[in-house]
This record gives sequence, structure tokens and C-alpha cells, in this order.
Amino acid sequence: MFSFELLINAIVIGILLGGFYAALSIGLSISFGLLDIVNIAHPTFIILGAFFCYIFNNNFGYDPILVGLVFTPVFYVLGNLIYIVYYHKFEKTGAEALRGLAFFFGILFIIEVSLIVFFGVDFRLVQADYIDFKLSFGDVDLPFRMFVPFVIAMALTLGLQYFSSHTFFGRAMQAVAQDSLALRLVAIDPAKIKRIAFGISLATCSIAGALVVIVIPIEPSVGRLYIGQVFAIVVLGGLGSQSGTLIAAMMLGLIESLVTTFFGPSWAPAVAFGALILVLAFRPTGIFGRVGDTR
Amino acid sequence: MKARRDTRFYLIIAAVLILSYLVTTAMTNQYYFFAGFAILQFIVMALAWNILGGYVGYVNFGSAAFFGMGAYAAIVALQLFNASLFTQIVIGGLFSALLGFLTGYLTLRLRGVYFAIATLALLVVSETLIANFDYVGGAAGTYILPTRKPTILGVLIVGKQDAVFGNYKELLFFIMSFITLAAIATCSFIEKSKFGRGLAALRDNEEAAECMGVPTLKLKLIATTLSGLFMGVTGGIFPYYLTFVDPTSAFNLDISINALAMPIIGGTATWLGPVLGAIVLGTMQQVATVTISSELNVLIVGIFLVAIVLFAPNGFLGLIDKFLKRGN
Repeated sequence: MFSFELLINAIVIGILLGGFYAALSIGLSISFGLLDIVNIAHPTFIILGAFFCYIFNNNFGYDPILVGLVFTPVFYVLGNLIYIVYYHKFEKTGAEALRGLAFFFGILFIIEVSLIVFFGVDFRLVQADYIDFKLSFGDVDLPFRMFVPFVIAMALTLGLQYFSSHTFFGRAMQAVAQDSLALRLVAIDPAKIKRIAFGISLATCSIAGALVVIVIPIEPSVGRLYIGQVFAIVVLGGLGSQSGTLIAAMMLGLIESLVTTFFGPSWAPAVAFGALILVLAFRPTGIFGRVGDTR
Repeated sequence: MKARRDTRFYLIIAAVLILSYLVTTAMTNQYYFFAGFAILQFIVMALAWNILGGYVGYVNFGSAAFFGMGAYAAIVALQLFNASLFTQIVIGGLFSALLGFLTGYLTLRLRGVYFAIATLALLVVSETLIANFDYVGGAAGTYILPTRKPTILGVLIVGKQDAVFGNYKELLFFIMSFITLAAIATCSFIEKSKFGRGLAALRDNEEAAECMGVPTLKLKLIATTLSGLFMGVTGGIFPYYLTFVDPTSAFNLDISINALAMPIIGGTATWLGPVLGAIVLGTMQQVATVTISSELNVLIVGIFLVAIVLFAPNGFLGLIDKFLKRGN
């Protein structure tokens, strides 16, 4: 069963999958990692984005990635609105732990069922020229259905990393995570920074949604499958570190691809979640945890 | 005075149990037993969730893992030694209680959100393990055909004639009523006991409680075990109810959200909250499934959950309290 060719292919797919996972998790690394907002509906927002891409691709033939980009402002505004509600109802009263979580759990179900009501539970696909294209280097295949999302995902992840370490606003975002009281002392409103940051986090869902619908056929509850992966990656990556998130995503993608190739796809879900339990139990600050972070 | 109130409480419980038996002999429409069973199931799951979520403040997203593992432990018992219905329920309960006990150790290192996410991970890991476990049917699921006639001390309890119950649906309904009342009695006991006050102390401030000499780990372990026990018992009876079980239905996230939404909607302070929440939401879902569609009943839960956490922080119980206070 084991062969070198199989191994190389599994590694290539693993790296591509890792990039894809990075795109799914990068938004959550902002909301959950930096802002402490447990947006358990994050993958469901991604599926919502994926359905927008599907609608415009299926009816008008637009490229899914283009649609994803065009819809980022919509998601940004949506994120702002959700944060305003979240802030006034939960964060201000200090009730975010239980009720904030329940709030996002409820949103997850509302989005999911609304999609089911409109689109049913059939699997949906998008059409684009590059999706069926494939490059072959000897025994190694490079499927563009994975490679194009990989490139976009890398651009998104590295772009956000640059943004958060080199711009004023990015640094303010990091500061909110470290000490929001200090931020207030220098006359910056933490709630405003968090609102914008949460908007950005949801905006990435639109692009990630486009990538999802290219990589796999979607149906409304597909998002649930990714809850484990994205939270595992963000926690593994050390909460809020964009480069940590990228590395953790790569690791998870590789492990999952190897498990799928050599043990069968039915074991793959256990990998991400098993890793998550172990990481949570033994190293809650993640492998790449920030130094001095005691959470 | 307090003792008398306790006696009255347990008398009411016993009366309700007898009433539920009388219902099975009087009512002929089988649908009501089917629907009633589902609602009772919700009540027990909600009460079990509340032991950990409401009294201790640890949010469990993985209720379906305990439920599903209970169901599958019962199936394994049936496959291994053709266990009777009662043995199955007990085994389902004990297995999930063990799982709950182990989860309790997770709380040593994981608080708040991290615990919640870990339980969600536990759910997917359990589902994957069962889906790859061919002995119980794997991902395709398995049929449960009861071959043994259930008897207690040699008396036949289900049969066409001369039996205590006319058919299985009625028997299951009665057992479920019994479990529900046992869960209510347990929760009411916890609320009044020293154990319950310990839990409340550690919910409000775990470090402070530890410093005051509350044995937090022991209390948390008892709470997770009890919570797992009741979820497992509910799972253990489930295979008989549907006669077909597959991993997707036994480990469904809908079970988790219902177990969590019902106490939050009803109110988490006392056992009455989860019961109210489960009755209201459960009935609405049954009605919606029959009259509209089964997707919409999940939508109802979602909308209710969001609306309640936004506008009625303490659930129905909080609303009722506020209403009574205004009346005075």
C-alpha cells in the first residue's frame, strides 16, 4: 500500500490543504485569538459567503473569487453590526461567556437553516476554467482546484499579517488583545477598534467562502465540519498570531492529508479534533503561544 | 416545615409517575406517546446539561457525544449478550457517566470557552470512532430488533394480552417519565444540598471557593458524572425508540444545541427552567415538524435562543420573576 509516489502526492495535497485551512482560520485568529469573541459561527459565515459565490456564478457566470472579493464590504458591515449588538448586550455587562457563546450558536443555526430553506440540502458546485485544470510533474499532480485557493489563501494570510504588524490599526488591534485599559489611557476607544477588527474578521469569510466552493461541493451544514479545524488551528497557532496560524494550518493540512491517504478518509475528522483536545489539555497556549500569555 | 415541603415534593413526583402510567392505559392514539417521549427526552437532556452548565457554569457543547455514546453502549450490550431493555439503559447510563467522569478531569486545565470547545471536539471524535466501528454498523448504522420479551420478576410487561403495557411505545413512554422524574428529583436535591451550594460557590469564583475549602475537583467530577449519566440513560433508551441508529443521528449537533438552548431559554437557576424550556421548545418543534417542516423546527430553536439571550437574560424564569414582582 505504501509507495513513495503516494507519499509525495499526499504531502503536496497536504500543503495545499494547509494553505486553504489558513484562509478559513485567519479571520477567527482575529476574532477569537485577539478579541476574545468566540465566534463559533465563523465557518457558517464562510458557507454563507460560499453560497453568494454560488448564486452569482451559477446565474451570471461570474468568477467565484471575484464575487468573494466584491462581497467583502457586505461582510465587513455585517461584522460591524453583529459586534455592536454583541458589545451592548454581552461585553458591556460581562455576560459574554455563556450567553455570548449561545448567541453565536443561535446565529449558526439561523444562517444554516435559512440556507437550507432557500437552497435545500443538495450539494452545489461552481464553474470556472481553472477548476478542472491540472499540472503534472512526473508522478506528482498539482490540481488547480486546490492550487488557486492556495495562492489566494497565502495572499490573504500574508497580507493580514503585514497589515497587523506594520500599520497603525493593526498594532492597535494587537494592543486591544494585550491591554485594552492602556489603550483607553491613550485616548483610543477599544470598542471601536474591536468593532472594526471583527468586521475585518468577517470580511475574510467572504473570500474564504469563495475558496471553499472551489475546493469542495457545498451544502448548508458543511460549515460544521470545519468548526474543529479552525478552532484547532487558532489554538494551536497560539491565539492571534497570524504566522502561528499559518504554520498550524500547514501542519494540520499535512497530517490530515497523510491520514486520508494511508488510513482512509473516514478517520480524517478525528485528526483535527483529536489534536485540538490534546492541545487544549496539555498546552492551552498553543505550540506558538505568545510569551508571557497566561490565558 | 422544610421536611414537610420535601415530602410534598416527592409525593407530587410519585403522583405524576402514576398519572403517566394511567395515561398509557387510557390513551389510544400512539402518536402522542411518540411525541411525548421526544419531549421527555428533551427535558432530561436539558436537566442533565443544566447540572454542569447551570449549576457549575461549564458550558457543554458535546451533549450529543454523551447521548450517542449511551446509545451505542446499549447497542454493544445488545450485540454482545442480547441484553434486555433495562440492562441496556443501565449500561448506556454507566458508560456515559464514565465518559463524564473523564471529561471532569478536563476541567482541571480548561475553563470557560476552552472547555466548551473541547467538548465540541469530543463530540466529533466520538462520532468518528463509532463511524469506523464496524461491530455496531459503522457509518451505515444498525437496526435494533428486540428479540427478548421484557419481563420484571417473571411478569410479562409488554404484550397483546395480560401484560402491564399494551405495546413498546407505551412502555418506553412510561420508562422515560420515570427517568424524567428521577432527573427532576436529583436536580431539586442538588439545589437544596450542601453539594449544590458548593457548586454555586465554584461557579461564582472557582479560586475563591478553592481557598475557602470547597473541594472543587471532587464537586466538578460528581457534576460531570451525573450529567453524563442522565444523558447516557436518555441515549440508552434511544435505539429502542427509533429501532434504527446511525452515527449521524445519534451524534447530531442538533441534540447538543437543544440540550443547551432549552435551559438557557427556560432559565438556568433551578430545575424548573430546563423543564419549562424543554416543554415550550419541544412542543413547538413537534408541532412545527408535523405542520411545516423539520428544518423549520431548528430555525425556531435558533431564533428563540438569540432572542432570549438578547432580551431576557434569565430566561422564562427571569421573565416570570419580573412579572410577579411587578404584580406586587
